[in-house]
Amino acid sequence: MGKTLAEKILSEKSGQDACAGDIVIAKVDVAAFQDGTGPLGVRQLQKMNINKVKAAKSIFFLDHAAPSPRKELSNDHMLLREFSKKSGAILSEIGDGVIHQRLVESFVKPGDVVIGGDSHTCTAGALGAFATGMGSTDVAIGMVIGKTWFKVPETFRVEINGKFQSGVYSKDLILYLIGMIGADGATYKALEFGGETIEKMSMESRFVLSNMAVEAGAKVGLIASDKTTREYLKSCGRLKEWKAQIPDIDAKYEKIIKIDVSKIEPQIAFPHTVDNTRPISAAKGKKVDQVFIGTCTNGRIEDLEIAAKILKGKKRAFDTRLIVVPASREIYLNAMKLGLLKIFVQAGAIIMGPGCGPCVGVHEGVLGDGEVCLSTANRNFKGRMGNPEAFVYLASPATAAYSAIKGKISDPREMIKKAKKEKIMVNTGKKAKGNR
Amino acid sequence: MILKGKVWKFGDSISTDLICPGRYFHLRSNLPELAKHVLEDADTQFASNMAKGDFVVAGNNFGLGSSREHAPTIIKIAGVSAVLAKSFARIFFRNAINVGLPLVECDTDKIDQGDELEVNLSTGIIRNKTKSIELEAHFLPKAMLNILNDGGLLAHIQKHGDFKLD
Ligand code: SF4
Repeated sequence: MGKTLAEKILSEKSGQDACAGDIVIAKVDVAAFQDGTGPLGVRQLQKMNINKVKAAKSIFFLDHAAPSPRKELSNDHMLLREFSKKSGAILSEIGDGVIHQRLVESFVKPGDVVIGGDSHTCTAGALGAFATGMGSTDVAIGMVIGKTWFKVPETFRVEINGKFQSGVYSKDLILYLIGMIGADGATYKALEFGGETIEKMSMESRFVLSNMAVEAGAKVGLIASDKTTREYLKSCGRLKEWKAQIPDIDAKYEKIIKIDVSKIEPQIAFPHTVDNTRPISAAKGKKVDQVFIGTCTNGRIEDLEIAAKILKGKKRAFDTRLIVVPASREIYLNAMKLGLLKIFVQAGAIIMGPGCGPCVGVHEGVLGDGEVCLSTANRNFKGRMGNPEAFVYLASPATAAYSAIKGKISDPREMIKKAKKEKIMVNTGKKAKGNR
Repeated sequence: MILKGKVWKFGDSISTDLICPGRYFHLRSNLPELAKHVLEDADTQFASNMAKGDFVVAGNNFGLGSSREHAPTIIKIAGVSAVLAKSFARIFFRNAINVGLPLVECDTDKIDQGDELEVNLSTGIIRNKTKSIELEAHFLPKAMLNILNDGGLLAHIQKHGDFKLD
């Protein structure tokens, strides 16, 4: 019988015929921690007197509190630096970037099993890797014994066809899907994205889909590894690590969800849950105190280019703050080369160092009581950005950038229409090269 | 094992951000201190007024969101004997078992704030003494039961030197 992507990867890595519902023990290729979950993992290992890692790649990312805003977190960073040195794990320092962007740029390859002490580890599923988030003890054990256990998930195939309207992006698509199936619509399942639209989609847009699979409760968000994946790995200097990874044609899916993207409008997730999504018309005119463009969801060069096109020669609204955070050092450098950072700064933005930035309320841009933030992140739970009295709305980088200019939630299609009419060239003039 | 205690009732979609808010990120290496803020953004009264042995009872998708194992850990440290919900989010479920916090999946509509419960973890029978009714829990998968019975994942690996799931 044919196999889904999840079944194929887990079969190979467990050495047994893995079918949905089976319990398997699989080899771990990449085990990763960030600075919020790593310290607990390391302490668990210290209890067992273990200080050597065994997974092929074991990595600690200092990204959530980067640089550290408090002495407690500085001490946590010290613990992780010290353990990395002793154990043979790799350390990704403050300023190197967000765990999930770093993983896809530099570490994960198609067919890998990746476990990360962070729920958005599913991002790497876009490379055709079985990548999933777990808690500290699970990742710590996987890191030092080089394997972990899985229940092989049933798969929902998401078949995506049609062409996006201009001003509508993969972020709108994934918000739409989550709104449709709900925050627990795919609990314990694998999402497998495919179809014509995915085949034509850039790697960066694909990462957005896989990144947010967990917001529908899914264990993984998989996409076949194809030509686009190959080009991406090549741009990262890792062409040799590419391989095709596709599901069988006769794979058995628990459910097939079909979406025609041409019908999708820009979407907004309203507070305080990600599945509380509505078309942008429902939010239009909502005053915004802060706009945040960044995160492991939408802090890549493609996102920054889209935002810069909209912000070029414009200014943020007087009482709307704008925060831009490139997801990694590579992206930061690229944005610098392309002149995007200048556009942001001239538009009145503050640019923060690569990392999670204000996403999880640790530092940088914590909201005040009653304030509204329009964010390109993946979560808007109550308290998410450091204040339970604040409100977080989620959208695409285009919606975020245009709303920053207007000071209220605004439909980026308006601007695109206007630009077309006035025949203004709104582009940055250069093309991105190299590692995106 | 029979657990006894009073109910603290919560709604659907209790995220790990509500259980363990990001603004206390700096307390993650100080679990007893972090536990003083457990579920604070869902119910400000809970942490200060709950008694050891009490139950957290909720609706659907309890524990959705981030992978922070601190969430089930501080529920346990606070003294909660078990969490009962209609359904649990995936990562939270696995984390809770790993840290030895019992989870009971059952229909929680007939359980209200302040009810007295007796939960028999071995039979899966929940007695609501206040309402004089009995409810039945869904059973844990065998792999997870093995880990829970060993006292969590660390103890499981220490005991067997490897995963021993069947
Ligand atoms: S950017 Fe936000 S969602 Fe992504 S890893 Fe950092 S805190 Fe988590």
